[in-house]
Amino acid sequence: MNSKLSLNVRAGLLSLLILAVLLGIWHVATMPAAPAGGPVANDEYAKLMGKSSAVAKSDGLPTLSQMGETVVKHLSAPFYDNGPNDKGIGIQLAHSLARVGGGYLLAVLVAIPLGFLIGMSPLVYRALDPFIQVLKPISPLAWMPIALYTIKDSAASGIFVIFICSIWPMLINTAFGVASVRKEWLNVSRTLEVSPWRKAFEVILPAAAPTILTGMRISMGIAWLVIVAAEMLVGGTGIGYFVWNEWNNLSLTNVIFAILLIGVVGMLLDLAFAQAQRIVTWRE
Amino acid sequence: MSAADAFLRVEGLAQRFPAQGRGEPLTVFEGVDFSIAKGEFVCIIGHSGCGKTTILNVLAGLEKPTEGFVFMDGREVAGPGLERGVVFQGHALMPWMTVLGNVSFAVRSRWPEWSRAKVEEHCRKFIAMVGLAGAEHKKPSQLSGGMKQRVGIARAFAIEPKMLLLDEPFGALDALTRGVIQDELVKICRATQQTVFMITHDVDEAILLADRIVLMSNGPRARIAEIVRNTLPPDRTRLTLHHDPQFYRIRNHLVDFLVHRSKLIQQGAVDPSAGERRGPIEVSPGLDETEPSEQTTVASSSAEILPLQRRAAVSQPRFSTGAH
Repeated sequence: MNSKLSLNVRAGLLSLLILAVLLGIWHVATMPAAPAGGPVANDEYAKLMGKSSAVAKSDGLPTLSQMGETVVKHLSAPFYDNGPNDKGIGIQLAHSLARVGGGYLLAVLVAIPLGFLIGMSPLVYRALDPFIQVLKPISPLAWMPIALYTIKDSAASGIFVIFICSIWPMLINTAFGVASVRKEWLNVSRTLEVSPWRKAFEVILPAAAPTILTGMRISMGIAWLVIVAAEMLVGGTGIGYFVWNEWNNLSLTNVIFAILLIGVVGMLLDLAFAQAQRIVTWRE
Repeated sequence: MSAADAFLRVEGLAQRFPAQGRGEPLTVFEGVDFSIAKGEFVCIIGHSGCGKTTILNVLAGLEKPTEGFVFMDGREVAGPGLERGVVFQGHALMPWMTVLGNVSFAVRSRWPEWSRAKVEEHCRKFIAMVGLAGAEHKKPSQLSGGMKQRVGIARAFAIEPKMLLLDEPFGALDALTRGVIQDELVKICRATQQTVFMITHDVDEAILLADRIVLMSNGPRARIAEIVRNTLPPDRTRLTLHHDPQFYRIRNHLVDFLVHRSKLIQQGAVDPSAGERRGPIEVSPGLDETEPSEQTTVASSSAEILPLQRRAAVSQPRFSTGAH
């Protein structure tokens, strides 16, 4: 216990050290005396943009203090709404989470019952396997034109893309988990004349739950990766749109802030699923 | 015992697998006939690969035999059912349920109309019966191997089946734990007058528990070689067992069969059903006082037949990897 604690403490100290080194590198790299990129190119670009090179410099990679200001600014007013192109970061994030949540929930509703069916029936498994094998490796964004054409709604298309990308790991893991429920447990249910519903909910579901949740966790990870790209395409709202919009504004500070935020939210989502996984995992 | 008053009747059971390529179809066992009276405890002994587990699964209704029928209480066994409780080889507890959860899963299946309180009370009674009172809310992962097997036994008993089927229930336990649970099983079975069919590899266990012991010859083409009637007093215990001279006669008969005769019968050197009779021969070696005394040297301090089985496998490599 004691040595484990000291290991955690030492790891934490090392993490802080690495952070300090990274911030140090950042600080040195963005010092005003050494502007990033060739000065000639910068000047030309600045002229094109109708700005002086001195102002343009502040729009490049930010210094640590500029970054800090931005973080404080965004976090102190996360939910303001000044029209379509100026919304608080909290609102953007909420839009993204709502899309991911919607698409993901639809995928759960389809993948888990279908996965059950595939796992229970070798016939259905073999019949659907070629479709799954072909559809699975398709990049979810490749579906976007079809989605936009058929659904004719960009918000719904975003949800569809999330649906189509998060369905596969869940479907495959559910089928695998259900198919590999130990025969002895099924035999116990058979000798006890357990009804199909009770067998599904009291034996197969808990037995396969750890595998199913692993699939759900992978799906959530993929959904969170894909939402940023999807929102860059469909535009309007969301954290992905925010990143693209700030790139068009040439505000790398905001882009970096959004990147950090995407990472933190992704980590929190993953932690939540890890916790759920821990709850349903059984030990023998 | 005549076939008419038999509680369980097994007729002409055979298990064959279709031929692989040009070879002959593989017959695991054939011509298996026996019956069990109500309240009787029957053990079946034979080497790995003779189809003991298949026979038990057929009795449980979990497997269909290639040929033959099983009748219980006058009706044919067509599938698994609540009137037969099964204790599986590997305990088969659901690891996500507590001890109480595992037992109540069975009880709720048997009596779906019961209230939650009544189910729990019933379960607690049977958990206490196997000596696990106080462990109701533990998960199987928190229990030792012996305790898990007790939960399996409690689960099978709790549905109050007409017949209990035990597939080598103590195979994975250490000798000490096994002895304790055997004593408990004897106690419970005598108290409840349960009809039991049990697979075992342990000769001493069979003599302690069984009223009759079914001996299977080696597989493939295994069959029932003979049925040994256990003539030891019914109130025998692990403590008194080995003081009875009958014990060694029965034990030597069984060990002699497993080491030597089970193979000869398979090879056709000895035909137990030479007399053209229906059903296997029943013998009572315990009462046979003319048996030569030097045979007692076969009995070693260990009752396990597993080493003997390995010895037999050397001379017969074809069956050394035979699965259960």
